[in-house]
Amino acid sequence: MRVTVTERPDVAADTPPGPKKERRIGSVEVLALLLIALVVFRGPIAQKIVEFPLLQTWTTVFVSIMVQAMPFLVFGVALSAVIAVYVPRSFWSKALPKHPALAVPVASCAGVVLPGCECGSVPIAGSLIRRGVTPAAALAFLLAAPAINPIVLTATAVAFPRNPEMVVGRGLASLVVAMIMGWLWLRLGKTEWIKLPHRPELDGLSKTRAFFGALRHDVVHAGGFLVLGAMAAATINVIVPAQWLQAIADNPWLSVIALAILAVLLSICSEADAFVAASLSQFSLTSRLVFLVVGPMVDLKLISMQAGVFGRRFAFRFAPTTLVVATGIATLTGWLVFS
Amino acid sequence: MNRQAQGVVLLLLGGAVLKASLTDMYLRYVKESLQPFLIAAGALLVVAALMTIYHDLRKSDHEEHDHGHDHGHEKHHEPRVGWMLIAPVLGLLLVAPPALGAFAAGQSGSAKLQEADLYPPLPEGDPAKISVLDYATRAIFDKGVSMKDGAGKDRKVQISGFISQGPDGKQVLTRMMLSCCAADARAIKVGMTGRPPEGLSENQWVEVVGIYTATTAKDPVSNNDIPFIDVLEWKPIEPPRNQYE
Repeated sequence: MRVTVTERPDVAADTPPGPKKERRIGSVEVLALLLIALVVFRGPIAQKIVEFPLLQTWTTVFVSIMVQAMPFLVFGVALSAVIAVYVPRSFWSKALPKHPALAVPVASCAGVVLPGCECGSVPIAGSLIRRGVTPAAALAFLLAAPAINPIVLTATAVAFPRNPEMVVGRGLASLVVAMIMGWLWLRLGKTEWIKLPHRPELDGLSKTRAFFGALRHDVVHAGGFLVLGAMAAATINVIVPAQWLQAIADNPWLSVIALAILAVLLSICSEADAFVAASLSQFSLTSRLVFLVVGPMVDLKLISMQAGVFGRRFAFRFAPTTLVVATGIATLTGWLVFS
Repeated sequence: MNRQAQGVVLLLLGGAVLKASLTDMYLRYVKESLQPFLIAAGALLVVAALMTIYHDLRKSDHEEHDHGHDHGHEKHHEPRVGWMLIAPVLGLLLVAPPALGAFAAGQSGSAKLQEADLYPPLPEGDPAKISVLDYATRAIFDKGVSMKDGAGKDRKVQISGFISQGPDGKQVLTRMMLSCCAADARAIKVGMTGRPPEGLSENQWVEVVGIYTATTAKDPVSNNDIPFIDVLEWKPIEPPRNQYE
């Protein structure tokens, strides 16, 4: 992460020398002032929020998403810091097939071993690319891991006790979408779309310093974007009334599209989305399968985090393409499995 | 945002997560089973923050590694996204919003219940204390059969939840159900006949003793069935430690 102006002689040269010193103090001072102000005005602020049930519910949902995601974010980031610092580059060239087209399915299936939700897999995929893994394979891993790991599939089985084919459909469709996206990236993707954020150079540091440097950087960075995504998701969660959904559910095509969009907007953790899908009982099984396949691959908090970790040019191409492919494959799978 | 400020934000975030997870506060937002992971994540954040501040204060000669590798991307606003991490800190430490209540229950409508394969006998005791979900499931799918005693008489059951607005404007007893966190919360509502609680405002917790009744209603929001309970007695209570089921 770019830190402050004073730590960058290249930029400091372009800025007037005057405010240099102040800016360095600035960050911490602003933070301190902000916190003091908030502690002082705590009473009135909390009071105001309680007066508006909508605002209060929003705050609860936002805080919940953050609290729920925090262990996954922190452990995902810690794992990616381990990859960055302790796993030698040569490991990946040995572990994955040489040919990128073969590395894609291997990386997709490797997603089975990462028992987490999507917040953790974004920094891990970024770390893999940094360590020389072909982007196609890292992206296939990014898409597959949150959807096909044992915890998520078990949750799906529990949520759909009468439809075990939902578990099979979800696992298969997610794998296929991850592989298609990996191969698409090989055909159409351009490496310059991916702009990994500048991270402090780790090579010259002791392992411990490098580990904590990477950890700090990724938590602040991916975490910041997670906050933006969580705010958007909480807003949707609180303002979309359930009646709207009822009206859409009767049309089979409309319901597929509606649940694909809802999966993007709601940004529910992949470990929980099956229960929400189960409760959307007015919708067809196929459209609910679409919800389960799209959700872990494209949603507001993921788009926000991908824009942060891989760059905006990447995220604004990758997310819509994934959405279309995932919706198409999941609809096809649903048609095959449920008919 | 410089590294010192990042260290402070991480410290606050880790501290907020630890505070929420070492007290019962986290139960307002997530499932109980997440607690050990929350404590570990909070502790790791605090350690990372302390290491960051420690390394920064030592002003090591490795400083130059932290710059000079600019790839000219995303202008200079990118690190600013780190400021957003103050939002959850404020949410947890300053606002500390309560568990979801009547507003969320009205918004989401009654949940679709899962039919069980078998309904074991009610627990011992008179009245038998059961969860709202258990009552609703037995009432809707089992038509109350498993809530009868040996002589075929309805047993008294005790359930607790908060008051919210039901379909026809009458108050219902509600409990929110979590799968993961409050973002996926679904409401279980139970209508009340017989001697329903009176004079209670929304979000007031209440303990109700009653017997099965065949009355049901449709929740217009989600189009799912709402079971009813024939209330014999009720009393207002303090919210339980874990407000979700």
